[in-house]
Amino acid sequence: MTAPLLEVEDLKTHFFNEDGVTRAVDGLSFSVAAQETVGIVGESGCGKTVTALSILHLLPPRLGRIVGGRILFEGTDLTRLGERQLRQVRGNRIGMIFQEPMTSLNPVLSIGHQIAEAVRIHKGASAAAARARAQEMLELVRIPDAGRRLDDYPHQFSGGMRQRVMIAMALACDPKMLIADEPTTALDVTIQAQVLKLMLELKAKTGAAIVLITHDLGVVAETCQRVVVMYAGRKVEEAPVKQLFARPAHPYTRGLLASIARGKAGARAKRLREIPGMVPSLREPIHGCAFAPRCAFALEACRLEQPGLAPVAGEPEHQAACLRLPAVLAS
Amino acid sequence: MTAAAILEVKNLKKHFQVRRGLLQRAIAEIKAVDGVSFSLAAGETLCLVGESGCGKSTVGRLILRLLDATSGDIVFQGENITALSREAMRGKRQALQIVFQDPYASLNPRLTAGTIVAEPVENFAGLGRREREERVRELLARVGLGADALHKYPFEFSGGQRQRLGIARALALSPSVIVADEPVSALDVSVQAQVLNLMMDLQAELGLAYLFISHDLGVVEHMADRVAVMYLGRIVEIAEKEQLFASPRHPYTRALISAAPLPDPSASRERLVLEGDVPSPMTPPSGCHFHTRCPFAVARCRSEYPALRSGGLQHQFACHLDL
Repeated sequence: MTAPLLEVEDLKTHFFNEDGVTRAVDGLSFSVAAQETVGIVGESGCGKTVTALSILHLLPPRLGRIVGGRILFEGTDLTRLGERQLRQVRGNRIGMIFQEPMTSLNPVLSIGHQIAEAVRIHKGASAAAARARAQEMLELVRIPDAGRRLDDYPHQFSGGMRQRVMIAMALACDPKMLIADEPTTALDVTIQAQVLKLMLELKAKTGAAIVLITHDLGVVAETCQRVVVMYAGRKVEEAPVKQLFARPAHPYTRGLLASIARGKAGARAKRLREIPGMVPSLREPIHGCAFAPRCAFALEACRLEQPGLAPVAGEPEHQAACLRLPAVLAS
Repeated sequence: MTAAAILEVKNLKKHFQVRRGLLQRAIAEIKAVDGVSFSLAAGETLCLVGESGCGKSTVGRLILRLLDATSGDIVFQGENITALSREAMRGKRQALQIVFQDPYASLNPRLTAGTIVAEPVENFAGLGRREREERVRELLARVGLGADALHKYPFEFSGGQRQRLGIARALALSPSVIVADEPVSALDVSVQAQVLNLMMDLQAELGLAYLFISHDLGVVEHMADRVAVMYLGRIVEIAEKEQLFASPRHPYTRALISAAPLPDPSASRERLVLEGDVPSPMTPPSGCHFHTRCPFAVARCRSEYPALRSGGLQHQFACHLDL
């Protein structure tokens, strides 16, 4: 087996402010192979966005800090790089797309200028070559009349088009990996379908790996090959996408899947399965399994000891961090 | 249907003037709601579904009279409330309540939960202090908030709890209709389930009718008795839920249903991915508003707006074609 493209090992990212420490990511490990699409799912506050920001070193200065672990990308530990070296990776080897394109695009620069800038800086292209590349990228993401629209400003594009511009920008330097943080969450469902389809087509064309961060299990099911489920800053389950949905092993994953509203044709709406209680505060150190207070399977031992990842029987690539794994799987 | 209708909306229109310049001259008109009709029976859930800018939230606000309609009628409990005075409308609001998407923006941050729920009771119900406190406790308990919630401020609650508080406030005067505008869109899925279950329990117990406004088809399919699909200010299809999801007649409804991502990686299905964006409601396309994105459009669609026509029992759709 060749070395993975990205390897995150025991990552700990904490936030420090006057009233204490928030353990946003607390010992996360996962890897992404070249050309693979990996989903990171979880609910608000589980640490999925902080993970993306940690990889890219975009944490809010002074507040957020990587306090432990390694992030190996193409063999280099990104946590040890200085800002100048990081800039050669960010936007070049690793592209990124965020939820709200309007906050990631500069409103006073034309779209063409913004795409070309990245190409000029990272690839040393001439102004004319960079502009040609920008037009080529806009055509690739199917912006109609791309040549003319190069000189338009972000506000002249609709939400769906802006997100396509972001994709064009992220892919302009032929990155090896694309990190997409809730790329379609702000979009309407018919536009979301367009953007996801486009992302997958471009991935096939360029061979970039994708790390897709989302709260939407439907989006994960339709786009990812492998899934990491996060809860309270930790990984609770990881599996190939089909196995995760066919045989979810962690009680949290099971709860999440069961609570999705999906009307069944013909049947009068039944009660949804809910996960009782709330996500724990990350301000306090969590002893034992973070999900234990909300878990129907929890025993005393779950509250004392943090469970390690254990393989799910018969599915070698499927792991879950649950002491009660056999009981959960048998239920 | 009409006989038992508790709320009826007839040819409702809301046109906003877009004003510019020193003299604030009207330069354009946005037809946010452009001839919408439906009825809601007691105890029923009608879902209004559509994408941003389709006018679904405006319909909700018009019904509550938080906005004044340009034309059309809103008949509530047999009385036309479209032109009621503010004072007369205040009386009606006891029975007609609204729950908003973002409970943080719709709850006064300086009031405790107890006061927020007590306010409508004080304003309307004319109870003594003892009874009022009793009622507030009962309401909070009913939505699953403990007695300790009484003295907490909105920021001390989680998103799901805040939405429970919004529901408690709406319930305070025992309404018969609640307009719920994207009540769970801001919530995580596990918390969404809690709030949806609560809303269904309350409906079963109190016989509430919901006008449930949502963009999420999964939630709609779960909650609805009937569904109305809106596109650029108009209803393009309305039917009973089973009928709508099993045999949608309008191509937009089909596209919406097929665009919703399913949490099932082994599901294979033919997807109808629409090209292009939703046009601006300021300059809606001629004829059928949907023709610019419709893969089936013919010449007639560009010139003539299709009227709603019957597609079966209690099923109407606005399309020239029989797909």
